[in-house]
Amino acid sequence: MHATPSSWGRSMTEIEVKAPGLATTVQDLGRPGYYHLGIPLSGAMDQLALIAANLLVGNPEGAAGLEAVFLGPELAFEADSVIAICGADMPPKVDGAPAPLWESFEVKAGQVLSFDFLRKGARAYIAVAGGLDVPVVLGSRSTYPLGGLGGFEGRALRAGDRLAVGAGGAGRAGRSLPEALRRGPTGAPAELRMLPGLYWHRVAEPAQARFFEDVWKVAPEADRIGYRFRGGRQLEFAPRDQPFGAGSDPSNIVDACYPYGSIQVPGGAEPIVLHRDAVSGGGYMMVGTVISADMDLIGQLQPNVQVRFVEVDMEGALAARADRAGVLKRIRAHLA
Amino acid sequence: MRYSFGGDEHIFVEVDESMSLEAFFKALYITNAVREAAIPGVTEICPANASFQVKFDPDVIAPDAMLAELRKLEDKAAHAPSEIATRIIELPAFYDDPWTRETLMRFRDRHQDPSGTDLDYAARITGKKDVAEFVAAHAGAPWFVSMVGFVAGLPFLYQMVERSRQLEAPKYLRPRTDTPALTIGHGGCFTAIYSVRGAGGYQMFGIIPTPIYDPRSEHAYIPSDTMCLFKPGDIVRFRAIERPEYDAIQAEVAAGRYAPKMADVTFSLDAFHKDPDACNAKLMGALND
Repeated sequence: MHATPSSWGRSMTEIEVKAPGLATTVQDLGRPGYYHLGIPLSGAMDQLALIAANLLVGNPEGAAGLEAVFLGPELAFEADSVIAICGADMPPKVDGAPAPLWESFEVKAGQVLSFDFLRKGARAYIAVAGGLDVPVVLGSRSTYPLGGLGGFEGRALRAGDRLAVGAGGAGRAGRSLPEALRRGPTGAPAELRMLPGLYWHRVAEPAQARFFEDVWKVAPEADRIGYRFRGGRQLEFAPRDQPFGAGSDPSNIVDACYPYGSIQVPGGAEPIVLHRDAVSGGGYMMVGTVISADMDLIGQLQPNVQVRFVEVDMEGALAARADRAGVLKRIRAHLA
Repeated sequence: MRYSFGGDEHIFVEVDESMSLEAFFKALYITNAVREAAIPGVTEICPANASFQVKFDPDVIAPDAMLAELRKLEDKAAHAPSEIATRIIELPAFYDDPWTRETLMRFRDRHQDPSGTDLDYAARITGKKDVAEFVAAHAGAPWFVSMVGFVAGLPFLYQMVERSRQLEAPKYLRPRTDTPALTIGHGGCFTAIYSVRGAGGYQMFGIIPTPIYDPRSEHAYIPSDTMCLFKPGDIVRFRAIERPEYDAIQAEVAAGRYAPKMADVTFSLDAFHKDPDACNAKLMGALND
């Protein structure tokens, strides 16, 4: 997964950050194995988009790239490079001239990559042949800003930062993915499939049905930790005496682990779906979990976009997972 | 125990709805057993206060097969010895310090009782005579690290006393947007130590001078392979200190010469139930050996 050891970086070329964008971070496929200590996975929110960008420039799938959210960065390249940008419809430009999405292309030494305003989706992934050579921390180059861990100095990029590019990149320009293999933003309302469970039994029955009927909207509080939703009706809870240690609100539980994709509803008001920088646990009941196949999609939701939660069972969740794996297989085959 | 799938990649297991040492102990025992079983496809094993969670790759092990493995381990846990080998760590604690006091004053409008400090409030609602008596109770008996999480390296601590002696206080009415790093907070029956600066809703009682999370590997006493001092199952004892000792320890930490006092101990749930105070005295005594 991490095929670019730091020691290769000695002959490194660099990319200068002229403008950082909104919250641009270095991400790879994530940092599993430390959730029991509160250190979340991190990594690209839209994993398929980062993998596609990496494969387009000839990188291993898990090489580190940039995740740019809502507003793209401005990057000056010091050496001739091959790059690719996948995910959101955030049109790239090289020295002001339009450049393609979902296609590898060359940026010459001294040229500047910038972006037009976001049209659709939320996050664009920028892969550079050779990968970004930040230190590997606990097995990953991903940034976890809340813990100041990994990535570029544990934080989002700032103007003046200089990013090292790993040596040994031999990307080819002009490789592209056909429309059918570009899994980007979808139409509205977006559908997030969820498996009810966890503390779903705490929700009163009429409120269970309403949860799926209502159309929700992505709230402004939507980031790598989690996405908050508004606009649906208040959840009502089945009555019970609160257990010892749980806290007095009916949405409180004895602090427990939060699955990735789990949907907590503090106070019964606004659902929050946890994503790759998840807080690993807490004292709010969860009504279920967004299935693994739909996690990429959340990374492409903008505030105010309409969303519906759609109930699936385990069989449906596994079928959706197989569909997503099929897309990945076809991307790999196409770019092999 | 109640099993529930968290999507197609997690199994969530509630050992008990209520917090208790028994529930925590069982969650810890089973998660240790899951780790030892080295089940292919398991990627995260997370014990919590009275529950636990396992993350797995359903392409490697089918959800129902994963569930069956956990049920097998539950059966084994029924006959498990109620004893674990662990360690006790002493944390110097500066109660009622100027930094958390400054912070709590800034957020008084979000508190149940704007007229005093968080310690004043906690002492009153737990029926203590004054803050000194409350602090004596908080520092008087050790605490189990019953969960590590929320954010990196943050321990949830459950005090090793009978339920009637548990210190209970609600969270703030509305969460603060700021909490100093290394604040000793308390919500419900849990004490937590904020590993990093940030938002928080727990009552603030004091601060510790020793970092517990180390993302840049600067402190020799924090393992660099996890960057976190605590793991679930550790036992913590708070020792109340005043400003001069706080400053002295901070200077030692900065110079790279500090390590908290630790000792290996065995904890037995049966021995605890027989005589909690004697059990705790023995545990704390290990720090002086």
